Amino acid sequence: MGECIRLEYEVDGENFASAGHASESVKRTLKQMGVSPASVRRVSIAMYEGEINMVIHAHGGRALAEIYPDRIDIYLKDTGPGIADVDLAMRAGYSTATENIRSLGFGAGMGLPNMKKYSDEMKIDTAVGVGTTVFLRICF
Amino acid sequence: MPTLKTVVLDSEKCIGCITCMRRCPTEAIRIENGKAKILYEKCINCGECVRSCKGGAKRPVYDSFDLVASYGYKIALPSPSLFGQFNNLDDPNYVIEGLLALGFDEVFEVGLAAELVTDCTKKLMEKRALPRPVISTACPAIVELILLKFHELADQLLNVYAPAKVAAKLAKKQATEKGIPADDIGIFFISPCPAKVYSLHKEEVSNEKYISGVLSQSDVYFRLVEKMNKVRSPRKLSKCGYSGIGWGSSGGESNSLGLGNYIHCSGVRNVLGLLREMSDGKLDGADFVELNMCPGGCVGGVLNVENPFIARNRMRQLADRMKIPPATMEQYGLDESFFIWDKAPAPSTSFQLDTDRFAAMQKLMQVEEYLKKLPGIDCGACGAPTCRCHAEDVVQSGGRLHCVKLMEEKE
Repeated sequence: MGECIRLEYEVDGENFASAGHASESVKRTLKQMGVSPASVRRVSIAMYEGEINMVIHAHGGRALAEIYPDRIDIYLKDTGPGIADVDLAMRAGYSTATENIRSLGFGAGMGLPNMKKYSDEMKIDTAVGVGTTVFLRICF
Repeated sequence: MPTLKTVVLDSEKCIGCITCMRRCPTEAIRIENGKAKILYEKCINCGECVRSCKGGAKRPVYDSFDLVASYGYKIALPSPSLFGQFNNLDDPNYVIEGLLALGFDEVFEVGLAAELVTDCTKKLMEKRALPRPVISTACPAIVELILLKFHELADQLLNVYAPAKVAAKLAKKQATEKGIPADDIGIFFISPCPAKVYSLHKEEVSNEKYISGVLSQSDVYFRLVEKMNKVRSPRKLSKCGYSGIGWGSSGGESNSLGLGNYIHCSGVRNVLGLLREMSDGKLDGADFVELNMCPGGCVGGVLNVENPFIARNRMRQLADRMKIPPATMEQYGLDESFFIWDKAPAPSTSFQLDTDRFAAMQKLMQVEEYLKKLPGIDCGACGAPTCRCHAEDVVQSGGRLHCVKLMEEKE
């Protein structure tokens, strides 16, 4: 099963409104493949959270999706500040988002927990001052 | 999806411009041989192409008024938006008297049925029998859009008949109880939009058909005004109150539910934006979502005569004079079972590139290859609304790319 649909997106770090662009496009492809609504929804929420995270914490980055007949692998890569304590970051409600961000309704500390909740596999590869890559696998 | 066509093309008038193709919310129009072609399997009957066509080449389809005469006992079902079409109307009874003068034996206001739908929805919400947020199903174009492109939201649809269907079902029940033979009863909805023409004929959610025909509001309007002008002192026949007539405008349904935590939104682009947000899980805090495909709600439907915002103002003023409190199911001896769908509507697979996932994947990979070549400017000159659509069309038909921009670059 080497063949897959590869989709790659730039996530604009300056623009909240454009976050969701990558997940929107991936959603269209999954729907055109006939992937079940429940799976589309999981991908959609997990990926959207990932995009928002990149905007809030890392001034954007790149989103790569590899779609296979039975699953999707998502790589969210940024060159932001990195995560100092991954276990803490994974805790529901924990957030380092600024007051400004919170006043927009983001930064509730549910981004990473939701990404974990809606995916079958999640890996965080991070280094402070270098950046973060989040890998998500969602099986259909 | 069966091809019940609610919009057809007047080929002579179509000049092959790309206006309707660009406005279509489901990418269901292509320009072929200089004429706009509707792909009916993707059409949700919203009427956006009718609204946007500069030359009047897009014609909505509805039943002929002559059909009414073929029934022994004729019942008219006027929609709330009909009452917003008349200048200086201060009493809804003029409209009802006018319809009776047109030859109908009985008038059953859809606004009254809307009040019953509200009562039923409230009861279901109290029993926590509905998903949250629940999406209104009063606008059939919204239902079709979800069934075509937002399958992940299909289980959030309110599984209660729309007011016009409830009106037809209840009117038929009452007439039958009066002893009128079922075959004699002709029930005619006067529609503000092609979407309701489709949904009432199609019966996606009920096993039985209650409607005999769906007439156009603008077609009835001119016949009706003539009769209404002759009415001197109308009888008090109207049973619909301020709550029911409010349903003709966007927000009316939500208002009548008396909820605080709801969203209402109208117009094609706004609706598409909101459905995307919903599908990302961003509206999970709301109780109720009311969506209307037409700007301003049903008053914005393409079979209306009056500007939607003028009609809204009129209806608001009329509603202030309509003091009747909202109808309840008990008053009519009904319970929730009268309103709940017989069956859930089937999602459409027309948006998929292939019903076989592996085949669909192969096609999508080819689409991505084509997209690398295409300029991505969505100019529409190839006859498809976007470069992506063109790539998909070529993959589906097995032809070759014919992009004007690409050809220019080669020269």
